[in-house]
Amino acid sequence: MKLYFKYVSILFRSQMEYRTSFILLSIGQFFVPFLVFVSMYFLFQRFNTIGGWSLYEVALCYGIIHMGFSISECFVRGFDSFSSLVVNGDFDRILVRPRSTILQVLGSKFEFTRIGRLSQAVIVFVYALSNLNIDWNFNKILTLIFMLASGIFIFSGIYMIGATLCFWTIEGLEVINIFTDGGREISQYPLSIYNKWIKRFFTFVIPFGTVNYLPLMFVLDKVEGNSLIYMFTPLLGMLFIIPCILLWGFGVRHYKSTGS
Amino acid sequence: MRAYYSLFKMRLLKGLQYKTAALAGVSTQFFWGFMYIMIYQAFYRSTSSPQPISLRQLIQVLWLQQSFLVFIMLWFRDRELIDHITSGSISYELCRPTDIYSFWYAKILAQRLSGAMLRCLPILLIAFLLPYPYNFSFPPSISSFVLFFIALTLGLVLIVAISMLIYISMFYTMSPTGSLLMFSVLGEFLSGLLIPVPLMPDFLRKIVYVFPFRYASDLPFRIYVGNIGFKEAIISIGVQILWISILIIGGKLWMNKALKRIIVQGG
Repeated sequence: MKLYFKYVSILFRSQMEYRTSFILLSIGQFFVPFLVFVSMYFLFQRFNTIGGWSLYEVALCYGIIHMGFSISECFVRGFDSFSSLVVNGDFDRILVRPRSTILQVLGSKFEFTRIGRLSQAVIVFVYALSNLNIDWNFNKILTLIFMLASGIFIFSGIYMIGATLCFWTIEGLEVINIFTDGGREISQYPLSIYNKWIKRFFTFVIPFGTVNYLPLMFVLDKVEGNSLIYMFTPLLGMLFIIPCILLWGFGVRHYKSTGS
Repeated sequence: MRAYYSLFKMRLLKGLQYKTAALAGVSTQFFWGFMYIMIYQAFYRSTSSPQPISLRQLIQVLWLQQSFLVFIMLWFRDRELIDHITSGSISYELCRPTDIYSFWYAKILAQRLSGAMLRCLPILLIAFLLPYPYNFSFPPSISSFVLFFIALTLGLVLIVAISMLIYISMFYTMSPTGSLLMFSVLGEFLSGLLIPVPLMPDFLRKIVYVFPFRYASDLPFRIYVGNIGFKEAIISIGVQILWISILIIGGKLWMNKALKRIIVQGG
């Protein structure tokens, strides 16, 4: 753990050397998704609701998923850009060191410019909360925290799968973006508005449904019956990371170096 | 002219080599297409009041957007050109007995065409075979197809002229980040990729009509589905030509000015 923070601080300082570029990129990271939200706002002005959900409810959903996405993109970037490590043969160096590969790959890169995206997500999140009438209790706050954590875990898991595939393909696969960027875009809205097969896929295969839709129903008092199950669904979603880690271990064992 | 043509052809063939990348692109765009359709479907279901564009028309527009994405995206950047400017190898380019603006223009144009050729046909073909509410269909009349074709071609000419401005601005900033950022953030929004132009609120639509961006994507696609009538289409194509001439002449002048002040260091 200490090693990890060492990695963080070194990379943070190195990125700070290029301050203008850092600021510009952060601003970009702020505005690109922010305009997506603005578009969403205009659509709601015209249509009022989407499948029974109001703007603020969807905004809450949006805020949480974008927070999860930006945090995982910032800290798990090493897996996202893993193909470069394999192509250069740099992964060999990681293998000979007496530390876990996951920790070292995590430490190989951080994208601090995601602070821009994170801050817009927080703004939307606060905007949603201040406009929604929720009677708060401890369980609901806990659920929100679970949702955020679950989002971070799932996105990280997808990055790991993408990185694991690089062991076989060498080149990075663009297709994995369907699940990261696509997953983010899809789960900006509550899953209930989509077709059945999309809903099932993103609940049972890649469990984004456990980040936003199911627990959100609990937070917004939309469930009848036993609500505690809904509260703990995000924890089930977090289990997604386990097969990803196993898969990664399997990939590492099958790794053949590309040469020096 | 022949030099530009052969450069164009070379680039086109080079772009066609990347088949796997294109396949990945096709599947990604399919996913996005489906997702947008479902979102708008859910929105349309939530209202009973008539909208300025019908859901069926919107679905066609969405498929066209996905398949011609390479035509209409502003951020389609060329590493090679950026390197020319930042590393100073532009001096080689300047030695060539060709006009550098046209030379680069042909390069970017070919790149976009090859990208689109690999993607648009498969996407449109599969989208055509999809079950009813999702499928892509023929335009309502032949005239709208002809107008669509003209507007799309001019739109491509226009968008390449805009992206030339991004490269020229790099002579001053030396880094593509700033200008690419500004163009891609605002451009995407103003060309109706984030929210379809007809669904925008009135004040915003007025702003969008002032800028050239929508003439590259929104205009041809809405002509195709018949959301823009014959008369308006003809006028808009006139506006397109006007924008093209302004941007190309302006871009050439700006480039000449930028080239006068460049200093290439080292040898």
